[in-house]
Amino acid sequence: MERIPVLRMGTLLLITIQVDMHDKLAMQLQDDVTQRISEWGSTGVLIDISSLEIVDSFIGRMLANIAAMSRVLGAETVVVGMQPAVAITLVELGMSLPGVRTALSVEAGMELLFGAAALNFGSGDERTEA
Amino acid sequence: MNELAEIISKNEDRIRAEWIRDMSKSVQRADLMGKAELDEQCRALLGAIVQGLKTNGPADVTTTGWNTARELLQDISASRARQGFSSVEVATFVLWLKQPMFASIREELGKNQDKLLDTIWTATELLDRLALLTTEAFLAAREELISRQQQELLELSTPVVKLWDGILALPIIGTLDSARTQVVMENLLQTVVATNSKFAIIDITGVPTVDTLVAQHLLKTITAARLMGAECIISGIRPQIAQTIVHLGINLEDVVTKANLSDAFALALLRSGRTVTRLSSAKVRPISNFLTKREE
Repeated sequence: MERIPVLRMGTLLLITIQVDMHDKLAMQLQDDVTQRISEWGSTGVLIDISSLEIVDSFIGRMLANIAAMSRVLGAETVVVGMQPAVAITLVELGMSLPGVRTALSVEAGMELLFGAAALNFGSGDERTEA
Repeated sequence: MNELAEIISKNEDRIRAEWIRDMSKSVQRADLMGKAELDEQCRALLGAIVQGLKTNGPADVTTTGWNTARELLQDISASRARQGFSSVEVATFVLWLKQPMFASIREELGKNQDKLLDTIWTATELLDRLALLTTEAFLAAREELISRQQQELLELSTPVVKLWDGILALPIIGTLDSARTQVVMENLLQTVVATNSKFAIIDITGVPTVDTLVAQHLLKTITAARLMGAECIISGIRPQIAQTIVHLGINLEDVVTKANLSDAFALALLRSGRTVTRLSSAKVRPISNFLTKREE
């Protein structure tokens, strides 16, 4: 079955959405993300949607849901790389995703989550300290 | 009806002289075009009319024999539309030809009443058609001018300016309607992606009034930018507009607002971890020094 990979980068989860989302895929992703956060104790979730060209209210709601679920589990969600057309569509649909943080690129998203230090990659050590 | 052609070509010089003389009494605009230019246009047009009459007759001015005359008239009316003539002036340019032409026809065919009337009727019809053609071409030229200007206005009115690495400014001039907001939004978001900018300053100094609709459009743009990961600051809110916003109950609490562009720029610099400091006076050189060689 088709599945969106959830990658682990230190205390971070990286999700790159590169295919058209449909209901089943989205439910699967929600399951996977919540599972991985509790399993690996992740503190941040990066969702890269830079290759997503078409968006509807369902995907908007899914992004908001994943952010809310992650927050409950103690992880912060950043949606990165949204295309202009996608942003305009979401606004026209009335979905401003109030609980979701955003960044221009994956790099900027990591900076947002961990501060500039994260780019030097000390994440693994941080985890043992904690 | 080649008699008409013969009459015109026989009396060409006289017709032209009278035509120009009559025209100069009323419609000639010395401020807009020179006498030599007018003379040249009249000469060319008369020649083309004779040519058209000889090849295709006066009945249908859309035939190939009239191509030269049609193109000439189109050129004349297009150039006059640009020069600022009114549509009446352009149409009467052709219609003033009637009197001198009728005078010549009467002189040539004065004894034959039936023929005289027939020829005059043909000439009238022909000149009316040519005048209509001129007006049509004039309007087409004007329409083209208007649509081009509209397009230019739409493009000119929404520049996105890069103020610093990662800081954009969007000076909005004029009222924001839905169509313009769309253009502004697309321009801004595309530039945000292209320049990888984290901050965008929307300057509304040039927006004359802010009502609930304009505010809603602004908020939409800001939300879209936020979704992409860029932060927006609104600047240039004039005192009256601040009052209007409060009176209308528009909620701008989630948006950072500043009174002028420089304050907003300073805030954006600060947020991106930069400050502006003054150099010691010894290091300050006049700007002209930078014209020849750029240092630092």
